[in-house]
Amino acid sequence: MPDTGTSDAFVAFERVQKSYDGETLVVKDLNLNMPKGEFLTMLGPSGSGKTTCLMMLAGFETATHGEIKLDGVSINNIPPHKRGIGMVFQNYALFPHMTVAENLSFPLEVRKIGKSEREKKVMRALDMVEMGAFGGRRPAQLSGGQQQRIALARALVFEPELVLMDEPLGALDKQLREKMQFEITDLAHRLGITVVYVTHDQTEALTMSDRVAVFDDGRIQQLAPPDELYEAPQNSFVAQFIGENNTLEGVVKEISGGRCTVQLDGGEVIDAVPVNVSKVGERTRVSIRPERVEVNPDLGESAHTLKAKVKEFIYMGDIFRTRLSVAGNEDFVIKTRNRPDQVRLRPGDEVTIGWMPEDCRALDAQ
Amino acid sequence: MSDATGPDTFDGPTPDNALRQAQKTSGPMLAADGTPLKKSLSRALRRQKMRALMLIAPLLLFVLITFIAPIADMLFRSVENQIVSETLPLTTEELGSWDGEGMPPEAAFEAAYYDIFLAAERKEHTRLGTRLNYELTGASSLFRKSGRGLDDIGEVYQDQFEDLDENWDEALPWLELMGDPEWLAEQQEWVAEGEEGRQPSFELSEGTADILPRTAREFAVFAEYTQDEERDNLLDEEPWSAVHTALYQDLSSGDVSSYSGPRADMLQAAAALVASPDFETVSFLDGFEEVDEDWMEPPIWRTIKLYSPNYTSGYFLNSIDMQLTPDGIEARPENQQIYMLLFQRTLFMSLVITFSCILLGYPVAYILSNLPMRSANLLMILVLLPFWTSLLVRTSAWKVMLQQQGVINDVLVWIGLVADDSRLTMINNQFGTIVAMTHILLPFMILPMYSVMSTIPPSYVRAAKSLGATNWTTFWRVYFPQSIPGIGAGSILVFILSIGYYITPEIVGGTTGTFISNRIAYHISSSLNWGLAAALGAILLAVVLILYWAYDRIVGIDNVKLG
Ligand SMILES: Nc1ncnc2c1ncn2[C@@H]1O[C@H](COP(=O)(O)OP(=O)(O)O)[C@@H](O)[C@H]1O
Ligand SMILES: [Mg+2]
Repeated sequence: MPDTGTSDAFVAFERVQKSYDGETLVVKDLNLNMPKGEFLTMLGPSGSGKTTCLMMLAGFETATHGEIKLDGVSINNIPPHKRGIGMVFQNYALFPHMTVAENLSFPLEVRKIGKSEREKKVMRALDMVEMGAFGGRRPAQLSGGQQQRIALARALVFEPELVLMDEPLGALDKQLREKMQFEITDLAHRLGITVVYVTHDQTEALTMSDRVAVFDDGRIQQLAPPDELYEAPQNSFVAQFIGENNTLEGVVKEISGGRCTVQLDGGEVIDAVPVNVSKVGERTRVSIRPERVEVNPDLGESAHTLKAKVKEFIYMGDIFRTRLSVAGNEDFVIKTRNRPDQVRLRPGDEVTIGWMPEDCRALDAQ
Repeated sequence: MSDATGPDTFDGPTPDNALRQAQKTSGPMLAADGTPLKKSLSRALRRQKMRALMLIAPLLLFVLITFIAPIADMLFRSVENQIVSETLPLTTEELGSWDGEGMPPEAAFEAAYYDIFLAAERKEHTRLGTRLNYELTGASSLFRKSGRGLDDIGEVYQDQFEDLDENWDEALPWLELMGDPEWLAEQQEWVAEGEEGRQPSFELSEGTADILPRTAREFAVFAEYTQDEERDNLLDEEPWSAVHTALYQDLSSGDVSSYSGPRADMLQAAAALVASPDFETVSFLDGFEEVDEDWMEPPIWRTIKLYSPNYTSGYFLNSIDMQLTPDGIEARPENQQIYMLLFQRTLFMSLVITFSCILLGYPVAYILSNLPMRSANLLMILVLLPFWTSLLVRTSAWKVMLQQQGVINDVLVWIGLVADDSRLTMINNQFGTIVAMTHILLPFMILPMYSVMSTIPPSYVRAAKSLGATNWTTFWRVYFPQSIPGIGAGSILVFILSIGYYITPEIVGGTTGTFISNRIAYHISSSLNWGLAAALGAILLAVVLILYWAYDRIVGIDNVKLG
């Protein structure tokens, strides 16, 4: 896990806590360091405190405890308008009584930038989001996707080094969302800005970010690049939350040399990588990704095999999705690629399935 | 379509054919049965509309009856002027041909005699006097005097005819002379049957109108009045003296020797009497002069002529301190000008009240919309509290607060800011009215403002701040423009309410703080000059509509949100 030291971090949360009502902590002990130019996504279920963190960074909420630093300087006592942080809101918050150009010109006006330069910058920002022809329109005359672009341009027009985005694509349809995801990351990398991006959509988080912070219950559950997050989840929340995941419950029988043996509740014994199990006799949840499971495996000595019964077979075009009953788990899903030689299972078939022990992670039982 | 081939083509109104037809002709889109789509759509919608109309019909009716109708009636009253031509029909006709120079011809006096005589019998001459008094001071007493005094003319003739023959003061002989014999028989039968049911309407006998035109006219007037208005038996009522006057006129100017109907001898005798040199006569001119010298001056006649049309602009001219004179429209004398001042004052004070309400209400509405629910509700109750107290109580409370021996003066004196012998006058003037009305109308400003402000998402303010705007810039450039619809709605409400406000200025306004509505109320309940009250009201209505229109042009009525 890359941990840039506090000193050279561009954005730093240090032991930050937040409570709205003085009774419950919405954010519990948040520590986060971001280098300059990073695209970091806060991902988590609704109500996990993502927006609160973003608002504290922007200055609209004050941290109950702890310190937030920007470029090495504590910004706890700096009012929002002096922080120079660009922000894109979920509902865009474009000022309805101003035209698009006036919206973009607003941050430049309050910075007392001259008229000709202002116009140049507005034009450049509009061109950047390919909306050059729309300067004279009102926000209400634009489609959702266009409003989104304008909101982005407005957050960037005054050239902030840090831009915050709170579920900016939440209101768009799937196709547009995917297009915008690409455009935003592209723009961020081109301009070299640091971005904190909030979403509850894991695909969005995985495709866009340099690193993802998975939030739950006011805490960062795991902070890692997307591939690591998917392939090496640190706990069962992350394993469940990111991608599809099969879990089998059992008890740790033995731990040695980076391997552990788990006796499943159905009696079968399997090998797994111990991630956060520490002692024998502990209950654990073993997690295996659906695409790492093989049917009628030919994996050699080290692989484990289990008996399974097909419950359901779903044809999805590029892949087949098969639901099996394995060791007491009725919802064990496997995915197989649609190859010419791939067998198509039928409900009721009895098969053997198997996987490599290193793909099988023994996590906390929660 | 005949050239079309294929199994599915057949002629007739099918949806496909309709479509094909429409494409071919590129005319209006047709429905399946061939009628234009527009038509069949509107037919389909009509039923729906009718049902909707039925649902709102009761309300529509209620609004029409209780709102539109009174306003229409008021607008009508402000120009309506039938009283002159209805009370003095003969006179107005005579004066129609008069050029207005000098004195009118004697015929006008004659007509006025008969008109006023009837009006006095009906007791309508004082009403007419009051009406004309709005335009010419003294008209009221002139008509009151004339109602009594003009009897003297007729009595001269009545007495002489009576001395000649007792029958000239009896009902039956007159009826035999003037009435249709068949009608008289019916009338007598009606009396015999105990005056049950309707009295048969009087009918003139054939030919009387030719030889005795004036008498016939006056007797018919008398008969109609007795039967329809007094509901008396015509056989019991001897005619009034105007009939005798008419008889004298007819006898002196015409020849009745050819008459041979009932009571011919009585009529011939009367004719002989009138022809004799010692028959005493009075000219109408002298008769009027006897009653009042004013009848010998042109102004009263000119005024009657001026106001004889059924509709007049007089009330409206009066409302703007002008008057209608024979020489045209001119301003009233300085000391009679009052309404323009009152209109100006009403507009000015309403503006001041509206601005005070904006200044006081805006912060309250802002706080209300930004507080958490619980505290906002509590504050809202405080805002609404004045609504739940009687208007009269609130206004009187201001009297207690602001009067010279009142709370505020006492406090100022106690602090030492004001000397005891120079206490401030804060009531019974404009200041008092403005203070009290601002207080009373404040909720009407706060509520629409609040409802608009609570719909402004906080994210706009946050966005502005994140873009670098200070608190003030954020408020002024982002929050305030979006709250303008609320200000607009509140201002319209407060301004329109205050422009027509009555009770508060009446109680705390004194003489310098009263509104035009106080004057309207005065004309409705005290001076009873309803026409003027209606004209003032109509002007007020017009002013409001014009301001509304101006507001729509400048701010746009779409920008007004009441919630
Ligand atoms: N202004 C607020 N006042 C009180 N509680 C709040 C406020 N904003 C958020 N919360 C609470 O804090 C928790 C986290 O909210 P939020 O940060 O908006 O979550 P997320 O953005 O991850 O969905 C939620 O339980 C929410 O109810
Ligand atoms: Mg959120």
